[in-house]
Amino acid sequence: MTPGAIAIRALIIGFIISLAVITGFAYTTLLERKVLARLQHRVGPNRAGYIPIPWRGGEKRLLGGFMQPAADAVKLFMKEDPTPAKVDRVTYNIAPMLAVIPAILILAVIPWAPAFRLGPWRFTPYFAVAPGINVGVLFILAVTSISVYGVILAGWASNSKYAVLGGIRASAQMISYELALGIIVLIPIMMANSMNLGDIVEAQRPVWFIFIQPLAAIVFFIAALAELQRAPFDLLEAEQELSAGFNVEYAGMRFGMFFMAEYMKMISLSAIFSTFFLGGYGGPFVDRLPWLGFIYIILKIIFCLVLMIWIRASLPRLRYDQLMGFGWKGLLPIAVLNFIITAVLIVMAEEGTLAPLLDTVRQFFIG
Amino acid sequence: MIHPIPFLLLAAVAVAAALGMLLSHNAVHSALYLVLNFITVAIFYLALNAPFIAMVQVTVYAGAIVVLFLFVIMLLGAERLRSPVDEVRGPERFHRYTAILLALVLVGVAAYLLFQGGVDMTGVDTTAGATLDASPQALGLALFQSYVFPFQVTGVLLLAAIAGVVIFGHTKKRGEDNA
Repeated sequence: MTPGAIAIRALIIGFIISLAVITGFAYTTLLERKVLARLQHRVGPNRAGYIPIPWRGGEKRLLGGFMQPAADAVKLFMKEDPTPAKVDRVTYNIAPMLAVIPAILILAVIPWAPAFRLGPWRFTPYFAVAPGINVGVLFILAVTSISVYGVILAGWASNSKYAVLGGIRASAQMISYELALGIIVLIPIMMANSMNLGDIVEAQRPVWFIFIQPLAAIVFFIAALAELQRAPFDLLEAEQELSAGFNVEYAGMRFGMFFMAEYMKMISLSAIFSTFFLGGYGGPFVDRLPWLGFIYIILKIIFCLVLMIWIRASLPRLRYDQLMGFGWKGLLPIAVLNFIITAVLIVMAEEGTLAPLLDTVRQFFIG
Repeated sequence: MIHPIPFLLLAAVAVAAALGMLLSHNAVHSALYLVLNFITVAIFYLALNAPFIAMVQVTVYAGAIVVLFLFVIMLLGAERLRSPVDEVRGPERFHRYTAILLALVLVGVAAYLLFQGGVDMTGVDTTAGATLDASPQALGLALFQSYVFPFQVTGVLLLAAIAGVVIFGHTKKRGEDNA
């Protein structure tokens, strides 16, 4: 294929995946409301859209509330969207876009399915918007580090004290937790001996990395929660302290775009977690039926999303100094230690000194 | 190598962003122009077949360093340039003229070298097959085998800078001397 054809194909796939993620975002909000409601012994949204069952006399309804995201979207679009008087107009307008764009960009490198053929197109070595990027992990880190701008600029441009405080909290928190995230990401790279996400997925074919490196997986998940600013790390939108944080001056769909960014980042970080630690698109029979890869990774993403929602329903919010202390004194040393031990063990295994050592330990204990 | 038309477009964006950074009266806008400039330079690295450097450029410069700039600007509330009515006193008066003078010297030396043939342009092999191996593996091997001493020295220098910041930033609390 010529570079032009590759570019056009990437554009088409990227468009389809972006639309899919926008739909996914809408239904993630519904998932969150429903799961939260169930965890709090409520029913949740059940009015907008349902499938009646005629033979039960319309009493019993299926899928109550499945049109709720559409109703929310209509409401947000119809709302008045005033711009406050003394805002920095350009920055105020581009801030919501800067929040949403990185959230979608991350999905460019996620492998969705192994290689397969669809009509004239062959997707090798795996199906992604941009397959075969040999620095895919670094791309993810670069894009996550860019994504702080939306929040920090929204806070500053609003020209409001609460919003500025929210923005500053956000930037401090994201910088602190990016370190732990960046170091933990090295562990799957070392285990797979590649920065290519496809290679990382293939390396997990025998056993998922979460079973070899459970501590790394937990640290990654916590750091991802902090990076997302979800509960229990949602300090920047602590209502009782900051009214609503960085988005307090926004309304209408521009307000909705910050939520769009948050839920899309939930999806993309869940996809990254699945790829790094849960085997990505891997699963039974995926070699013969590559289409199963989509189903496996989407199931894994939904699992991670439900876990995040469950954590939000269970844990209270941290205090600000606890948050910083936890990031710098807790997660970062654990990540560095885990990294060093993994590196030493990998070098020992490569040089063949690990097996004799294990034998010695076994003989010492068993006799 | 990169095709001339996209190169010129990107170069125009990079230069415009750099000028915007210099001329903007608002420090936050300057920082944003700087981010745009860094990202354009990262795209140049990508086009020159160095994806690792490109991604590190975005992560470190556009991601971490400018966010720290913004952080400081927002905390100090220093985003507005002083109005020209205010009299600038002290050594700050000469900053602008010194900067212009130094920039002229830089441009002059660069132009002299370029036009007098002081820079050896023929030695760079720009054919497609001869591109440097800029993969992460090659870079890591170079850093930790060929250039391990300069690498370590750089690390110690950065550590010294961090220690300096901690010492300068540490203000003694009242009564701490007696304790």
